[in-house]
Amino acid sequence: MSVDRRSFLGAATLLAAPKIVFAQAATERRFIFIIQRGAADGLNTVIPYAEPAYASLRGALAIDPAAALKLDGTFALHPALPKLRELYGAGEASFLHAVASPYRDRSHFDGQNVLETGGKAPYQLKDGWMNRLLGLLPRGGKEAIAFSPAVPLALQGAAEVTTYAPSTLPQANDDLLMRVEQLYAPDPQLRALWASALEARGMAGERMGGGSRQNAAAIGKIAAGFLARADGPRIAMIETSGWDTHSGQDARLAAQLRGLDGLIGALREGLGPVWGQTVVLVATEFGRTVAANGTGGTDHGTASAAMLVGGAVQGGRILADWPGLAQANLFEGRDLKPTLGLDILIASTCAEAFKLDPEKTALTLFPGAVRGNSPFRLLRT
Amino acid sequence: MTPPALALNRFGLGARPDDVPPADPQRWLLAQFDAYEPLPAAWKPLARTPALVSTWNTMQRSVRQAPEGQRSSIREAYLRQGSVEYQAGVGARTSSALQTSTPFVERLVHFWSNHFAVSVDKLLIVGLAGGFEADAIRPNVLGRFEDLLLAVVRHPTMMLYLDQAQSIGPRSMMGSRAREAQQRGRGLNENLAREIMELHTLGVRSGYAQEDVTEFARALTGWTLPGDGSGGDATFRFVPALHEPGPRTILGKVYSEDGEQQARAVIHDLVTAPATALHIARKLARHFVADDPPQALVLRLADTFTRTGGDLVSVYRELVASAEAWQPSTVKFKSPWDWSISSLRALGRRSMPPTQASNLMTQLGQPVWRPGSPAGYNDSAASWAAPDALMRRVEVAQRFAQQAGDAIDARSLAPRVLPGALTEATAAAIARAESAGTALALLLVSPEFLRR
Repeated sequence: MSVDRRSFLGAATLLAAPKIVFAQAATERRFIFIIQRGAADGLNTVIPYAEPAYASLRGALAIDPAAALKLDGTFALHPALPKLRELYGAGEASFLHAVASPYRDRSHFDGQNVLETGGKAPYQLKDGWMNRLLGLLPRGGKEAIAFSPAVPLALQGAAEVTTYAPSTLPQANDDLLMRVEQLYAPDPQLRALWASALEARGMAGERMGGGSRQNAAAIGKIAAGFLARADGPRIAMIETSGWDTHSGQDARLAAQLRGLDGLIGALREGLGPVWGQTVVLVATEFGRTVAANGTGGTDHGTASAAMLVGGAVQGGRILADWPGLAQANLFEGRDLKPTLGLDILIASTCAEAFKLDPEKTALTLFPGAVRGNSPFRLLRT
Repeated sequence: MTPPALALNRFGLGARPDDVPPADPQRWLLAQFDAYEPLPAAWKPLARTPALVSTWNTMQRSVRQAPEGQRSSIREAYLRQGSVEYQAGVGARTSSALQTSTPFVERLVHFWSNHFAVSVDKLLIVGLAGGFEADAIRPNVLGRFEDLLLAVVRHPTMMLYLDQAQSIGPRSMMGSRAREAQQRGRGLNENLAREIMELHTLGVRSGYAQEDVTEFARALTGWTLPGDGSGGDATFRFVPALHEPGPRTILGKVYSEDGEQQARAVIHDLVTAPATALHIARKLARHFVADDPPQALVLRLADTFTRTGGDLVSVYRELVASAEAWQPSTVKFKSPWDWSISSLRALGRRSMPPTQASNLMTQLGQPVWRPGSPAGYNDSAASWAAPDALMRRVEVAQRFAQQAGDAIDARSLAPRVLPGALTEATAAAIARAESAGTALALLLVSPEFLRR
């Protein structure tokens, strides 16, 4: 580190309004949303290996049950997910299947919009459900961070959010940083962005070495570094992409899942004792077709799988109202039929995690959702 | 901003120190249509599409003929060569943007290249991305939209990126044969069909259904790359044996054409659909004018598009003539690409080493030809105005300034690159800086330089 971040932060706070950030959070709980952009194939992630139609419809893409990591008599995990299998065994991971947001068409961009805004239809809401969740928390405000260069839609909205992504650039010198701060003071947009950038860099400086390559495990480690702190953020979002496996799915999905497994493993390791307070939700905008397509992949589908992982999760369970894969049971004759609303599951998870009123939480996060609670208890008390 | 500054920044790529602010901004922009060079000097040394296709075919053949154990090393060698092509392409794109005397048209190249995005996230096309911009986009940005679209979707890079090259009609001759031989991984792929409708023409939620996509995909079967050893300059081939026979019904219309013409007829109807005019008009207006562009402007551009049969120059003329495009307040937050190019131009740079250019764009969050999806990079402030992204610009500005040393005096440069647009606050900050480098960095990250 070429710059002493502590001394810089001191100087910056003198110039800016002296606001202490990330301090004295009112909750010990950590909530991390890992979004899988591109429609992750739930059927080859949490594999219904005992279902006869699985092998016949997937053909060469079906995962060999002998290689898959068995969860129970019906489901198994993809072989690239050993860490998640271990956490499942320890009662710290649950898998949700046949889940979907209310979105029923097959556009990534619209599907992600619905998943992130929490609307019933694309572009109906302007802000994200994670941002609205911040408003429900006791202290509200600056307790959320996105580990990406820009704020993802789920975190966009009225509450302030910071972003952090490791940079391989040489860091700017203190003098320039302070002058930039003065230059942006009269500009509301730039002033707010700059304040957030300084705070994130200041926190990261203590844990990070120089600029490291962004791979999944490294991001997990960085994220854990922020979230493990007593005065750190409580809510975080991590973006993953590359799930859109129209062709060459076998190798690509395996690599994607290895990355995800590594990311979760790094979070588990880096969070240490705080893991017991942690809930990680992994979800995608929609699933993929049950049948393999003509090019060694799968096309855009409907329901998929989601994951709840963490020491606070009442794990070791498969949570699903499994619709089956027989032709008559498929959605529009081609996709896994959605039987559980992702919105309700997310709302229930958040309400349980932060001890919020379930109905109010659902109404705030997913205003158009069909009323109801998750049919399952998701977290430990 | 004053009209000359708007012409340079909102429509162009930013001023160079030696640029004279245009006295008649509109005329300056329109004159660029005649002066534009589809293949400027920076692009000339690069391998063109026919050569790239021939290399691709050679690689495919070598893989087929090689024993199992050697195949991956052939692919790896191809990808290494591809990365070299990619870097060269990024370098050419950057130099071309720095050197051009028609910055408005160059911007349009960047706009269309992003509208018809390919992404080297799909590693196999890494060596083909530059050729796509050089041969599908650059020659067609001043023509008819339909010709641009056809050049794009028939280009090998797009056909490989969106899996068209390997799509086979299930009832075609090859499809039947593959079924009999129980070959896996040989069949219909609807990726290109969907993205043409959703991203390239009509736009999402414009009334088409899954079955329209599937039918269009069937119509497109047979469109693929030239065969190995076919020689010549061909970059496209129609293979009747891959084409799904029979009429197709798309958006309620029956297409009974035979062969290659079937998908062309569908594309012609997609191009002339009112939804396409609106979609293109909105994207252009969003790119140049505002994240949420005035509806009256969008409608006027769409009307011009429809009236002229998609003549792009007519649409650009309408844009330049529109009062909405000359609002003095700058509401567009520059993308990392726009900001980098305008910064380098302000510093008088004429080129950048290819590896540096490509690393720079990766560090700033907008790697060239590598958006996360076929939708391309988002064109609104929400995507780019973010804390960490801003910090990176400051770091890059410092590095640029360090490279420039004290050869450039920011106090005299600032009013030249921001004619009539430099605020007193920025001028004062520049004047007060402790070093020439800091002053220059402050100019590049000043509010008026970050927006256009």
